[in-house]
Amino acid sequence: MTDVLVCIKRVPDVAGEVLLTPDAQAIDARFVGFTVSAHENCAVELAVRIAAATGGTATVLTLGPEAAVEQLRAALAVGCAAAVHIDADPLGFGPADVVREIAAVVETHAAEGRTHDLVLLGNDAADTGDFQVGVRLAYALGRPVVNGVRTVEVDGGVVTARGDGPDGVETFAVPLPAVVTVLEGGVEPRYPSVVGRMKAKKIPIETVAPRHEPRGAGRVRLTLPPAQPSTVEVLGSGPDAAPSVVDLLQRLGVTR
Amino acid sequence: MILTVVQTDAGGATEVSLEAVTFARALAKRTLGPVHALVVGPLPDGLVDQLAGHGVVEVHHATGDAFSAYGGAVWAAAVQAVVAAADADAVVAPGTPRGLEVMAHLAARLDVPMAANVVGLGEDDGGDDGGALRVVRQVMGGAALEEMLLPRRPAVLTVAGHAVEAEQVPPVSATVTEFSPEVAEADLVTRVVSTEPAEPDLSGALTSARVVVGAGRGAGGAAGFGDVAELAELLGGALGVSRVVTSMGWRPHHEQIGQTGSRISPDLYIACGISGAIQHWAGCASSKTILAVNTDENAPMVTKATYAVIGDMHEVVPAINAEIRRRRG
Ligand SMILES: Cc1cc2nc3c(=O)[nH]c(=O)nc-3n(C[C@H](O)[C@H](O)[C@H](O)COP(=O)(O)OP(=O)(O)OC[C@H]3O[C@@H](n4cnc5c(N)ncnc54)[C@H](O)[C@@H]3O)c2cc1C
Ligand SMILES: Nc1ncnc2c1ncn2[C@@H]1O[C@H](COP(=O)(O)O)[C@@H](O)[C@H]1O
Repeated sequence: MTDVLVCIKRVPDVAGEVLLTPDAQAIDARFVGFTVSAHENCAVELAVRIAAATGGTATVLTLGPEAAVEQLRAALAVGCAAAVHIDADPLGFGPADVVREIAAVVETHAAEGRTHDLVLLGNDAADTGDFQVGVRLAYALGRPVVNGVRTVEVDGGVVTARGDGPDGVETFAVPLPAVVTVLEGGVEPRYPSVVGRMKAKKIPIETVAPRHEPRGAGRVRLTLPPAQPSTVEVLGSGPDAAPSVVDLLQRLGVTR
Repeated sequence: MILTVVQTDAGGATEVSLEAVTFARALAKRTLGPVHALVVGPLPDGLVDQLAGHGVVEVHHATGDAFSAYGGAVWAAAVQAVVAAADADAVVAPGTPRGLEVMAHLAARLDVPMAANVVGLGEDDGGDDGGALRVVRQVMGGAALEEMLLPRRPAVLTVAGHAVEAEQVPPVSATVTEFSPEVAEADLVTRVVSTEPAEPDLSGALTSARVVVGAGRGAGGAAGFGDVAELAELLGGALGVSRVVTSMGWRPHHEQIGQTGSRISPDLYIACGISGAIQHWAGCASSKTILAVNTDENAPMVTKATYAVIGDMHEVVPAINAEIRRRRG
């Protein structure tokens, strides 16, 4: 009966070209969609699987603007049973600020008799890329933390997690309660079913206000890397380009 | 003093660790302090001289049973001990998974901010930074850079892989201080329990190859690498991949090119089905000639390449292979 909390973040989808807001503090949201990072989608999938395997529950949490409810609903649609929305603009929140707010929710729930034995997060957020919320949360909660793993299993009071190390696949085993951060690639996130989407609409979302004044993230400004003029020479399209490619390879002296 | 956390492998300090040391030297120029290094666990032969050749004047070597297996918390305990004993102004680690993890632990333990994936020091624009250090780091998955203020109590940061080039200096003489820091029971819990050795690391072949044939998400799946592997073989080169490929488990990590993989500088890099994200570019930018094969003529890999073929790699690469074989008769 593992009670899992999984933390996700609504982030701009920067696959295409990006523009900055006039104050250079953020990506201009008018030109992008929003998403959740692949790491966090895998964390949600693992949370749902662990809940199912142990007869427990998975709760999804985000600190974000009102629109982040969209990302919470998406997680509910794939099997999370409850959702917590810390309603705040994450721009003014540094990693330590985010951690204080998540820790406050975990502690409040624990006081109400709902202990989130396992907290799953992404390895890094797709926008700020701070690589630290999971570790800081573990210290705030006084729990062990394992980072950057691809698979997570719970058996009895122990979490077993595996991920790539420099010398091969590494196994960690830590006692619950624990914090684990997830890298994409270990599990395939499921798509929501129609029934799942319908159910998700009916689940009430617990909305809370931040409890602390944020200390901030130290951001002075964002800049975009300068656009480089392209000097590419296109040799052709499709398989017909093969002779020109091999001419090039011969000129470069890498084939006879 | 600037403390650099150094990771080692059979060859001594890893390349990204030497890059971090080089960055630490740039930082030390501003603070007028010396550069120290921390090594945890075994001290490879020749490492101290190698670090001295990069400007390190003192190597702190953490030994003891606690370090028999890697753990983010135990490593951070070692860093914390040096920071306390030697009064570090800044702690720098390579932007590897371990470097990032250890710095996150350190920052949490010291209750200070941490800057991940720093690529440079900020220009002083005359504004009052209140004694803080201004750093530039990658955010938005590399789509943007952030100028960030980092208070020095100490400043804790990681250096993005291959953002700076490791540079030697006329060797200084480095002293080695061994120490065995106290490690709390709770820190021992999160160490690696076991490691299944990966297939032997052949990235040596990748980093020294004259021709590298790269493949990314465009390969489509684990079964999609036959043609590119054949092209690499025909050209006597090596196969390299993007991080998407290693994340999906299609190919082993040692074949990865980029910020968190190998840095290559071949005469020719043929990048197939790779978009050319900044973190990938960090590993291939010093290739002499780049030929991109991509369905998208606007992919950064195409616009930054010397030559390109617009098309499906699963059609283009077999045609190239056939043409090479035809000409060889
Ligand atoms: C901290 C950090 C570190 C990172 N480190 C690295 C790193 O070391 N190395 C690295 O590579 N990435 C790294 N990344 C990831 C990087 O940001 C990109 O996500 C990754 O490089 C994209 O891989 P890709 O080009 O294979 O996939 P995509 O970006 O999905 O691009 C696929 C490309 O293939 C093309 N394509 C699709 N189908 C075909 C086809 N049939 N034929 C031809 N072309 C086709 C598409 O047009 C597209 O351009 C890192 C990211 C972060 C945040
Ligand atoms: N605002 C947020 N709300 C919920 N979870 C978050 C938030 N910010 C970060 N996280 C979690 O912490 C992980 C690491 O983030 P970071 O340390 O900012 O790179 C992310 O992958 C998320 O799982």
